[in-house]
Amino acid sequence: MSSVAVTAQTAGEGAARAAARRRDRKAAGSATRRAGWIVYAALGVVLLISVFPLYYTLLLGSSDPVEISRNPVPQWLPDMSLFTQFQTVIESTQINFWKALANSLIISVVVSAAVVLFSTLAGYSFAKLRFRGRGPLLVFVIATMAVPTQLGVIPMYILMSDLDWIGKLQAVIVPALVTAFGVFWMTQYLSESLPYELIEAARVDGASMIRTFWSIALPAARPAAAMLGLFTFVQQWTNFFWPSIVLNSSNPTLPLVVKSLQSNYFVDYSLVMGGVFLVTLPLLVIFAFVGKQLVAGIMQGAVKG
Amino acid sequence: MAVLTPQRPAPGSGAPERESRRLGFSQRLGRWDVKLSPYLYISPFFILFAVTGLFPLAYTAYVSVHDWSLLGGQGEFVGLQNFSDVLAQPTFWKSLGNTLSIFVLSSVPQVIIAITIAALLDQNLRSATFWRMGVLIPYVVAPVAVSMIFGRLFADQYGLINSMLGIIGMDPIAWHGDRLASHVAIASIVNYRWVGYNALIFLAAMQAVPRELYEAAVIDGAGRVRQFFSITVPQIRATIIFVVITSTIGGLQIFDEVRMFDATGLGGPDRNWMTTVLYLYDVAWGNQHSLGRASAVAWMLFLLIVLIGFVNFLITRQISTSGAAKKPKRKSITRGNA
Repeated sequence: MSSVAVTAQTAGEGAARAAARRRDRKAAGSATRRAGWIVYAALGVVLLISVFPLYYTLLLGSSDPVEISRNPVPQWLPDMSLFTQFQTVIESTQINFWKALANSLIISVVVSAAVVLFSTLAGYSFAKLRFRGRGPLLVFVIATMAVPTQLGVIPMYILMSDLDWIGKLQAVIVPALVTAFGVFWMTQYLSESLPYELIEAARVDGASMIRTFWSIALPAARPAAAMLGLFTFVQQWTNFFWPSIVLNSSNPTLPLVVKSLQSNYFVDYSLVMGGVFLVTLPLLVIFAFVGKQLVAGIMQGAVKG
Repeated sequence: MAVLTPQRPAPGSGAPERESRRLGFSQRLGRWDVKLSPYLYISPFFILFAVTGLFPLAYTAYVSVHDWSLLGGQGEFVGLQNFSDVLAQPTFWKSLGNTLSIFVLSSVPQVIIAITIAALLDQNLRSATFWRMGVLIPYVVAPVAVSMIFGRLFADQYGLINSMLGIIGMDPIAWHGDRLASHVAIASIVNYRWVGYNALIFLAAMQAVPRELYEAAVIDGAGRVRQFFSITVPQIRATIIFVVITSTIGGLQIFDEVRMFDATGLGGPDRNWMTTVLYLYDVAWGNQHSLGRASAVAWMLFLLIVLIGFVNFLITRQISTSGAAKKPKRKSITRGNA
């Protein structure tokens, strides 16, 4: 009798465990099965294609320029001669490398900070405050996201030369201070993640509107603001079209350095490629630290956008 | 949940209004604070956007009907002269053809490859973050740099791609000489940078697809491929529309990649890869120094982008809703974009 009970018990336990296992698998669906090696192999190829052009840049940067024009893969590993190219690029008087680095940094930081601040302000207003015209204005913001404002370059250029800003950093910074996307992004985030209770509590406590924004909305917006700042930073850092119109090689940004490398040294592929890598390096280093956040940001924006 | 609906009135707009006559100074100040603050907060965006975004766009129309040179400034009113001048230039038409060709060659494969990569990333992977970051690396490389690197990879003589083609017994391709080949090379520059980015967008959408749908499909005997086309694709339709429209706006304004594809940067000897934005640049700051004609180009390109964007929207909506009609609707996805 006791043995039967024990058996029944163990059988019951085993069955329950099996059922639970089955339930788990079912609940999570087919995708929960660990990915097979084919998936990893395919992703490995994708990763290889992502990284190879950068590796190839290092390779050409280490090779002899004459050799490059005869053999597409002069050597398989980068070597120390890469640093000679770096040095030449940095010391070149035609390139202004340090100035370009500083300019890129200034532009990217100032623009990111401004976009984040103005977008959060407007986003908070659209998401949490009531005012006449809120709906139509928000629709307007969303509609302008699809408008190619880049095409206003001619009047913008005329404006910049009237202001005598050609060749100066503010010609790049001022037109980039706000984006419709930023406002939309912050509106979305704040309308979902900032509870009205918090705002009301602050108001009941006698906080003014701007105080409420500063101590309630701004902290709540931090995750989305960080994402927006990151993306704006990358976008400004890699921006070429407009800076190439209003700036010049004596006051360049890093992408403009790539252009001067090409026009000054285009036969010396080794030097050009060394320079291209040098220009790319800062953002790659930043990516190592914030890549995770960029991934999260894109995925978050996708669900909402 | 009801608390989160935007219909909820903000504090100060309800009952206190009746007692407004008895309000003290600080209370009145407080009401102005409530009334004006929303406008104050959105004003930096609207003012700056009006000055740097909308005004230039509208003023383009004004410049386009004037004789306006880069150095001489505004000339006299010439009506539609600039437009007819531009339309009479064969390079303009060639640039439109190039733009459309590069756009199609970049956007269509881009969306397909991105969805495929997203489907791979959507599997239950070990160290998922590593793979996601891996596909995103090209995004942080500036397009000008990518273009320089790919210019070498696609070099006509002793380029790596042509050497590899030689190994499998194919003739070298004139990536800089042949028109279509140059478009393929340039499209691959664009794709290199954006495929991973778009894959992550699709991945996020795929992860929001309710898993019960797949269970139901498995019970009905649907295989992986069938599941992908009958569940995944219709479920992420809003995202597909989003990606297609953003890639249209970007794809028709390609400049960096073509500018850097060779050392001259004007679309090659026969303007084989001169896009319309590069043509605009050439008209204004390159050879013609005519801001008037460049504005005419900008306006026509603007209309084209809006038109194609609209057509795109209609087509994508048609395709993606036809398969989805029978499926239960997912609120969180359809809400934002419908």
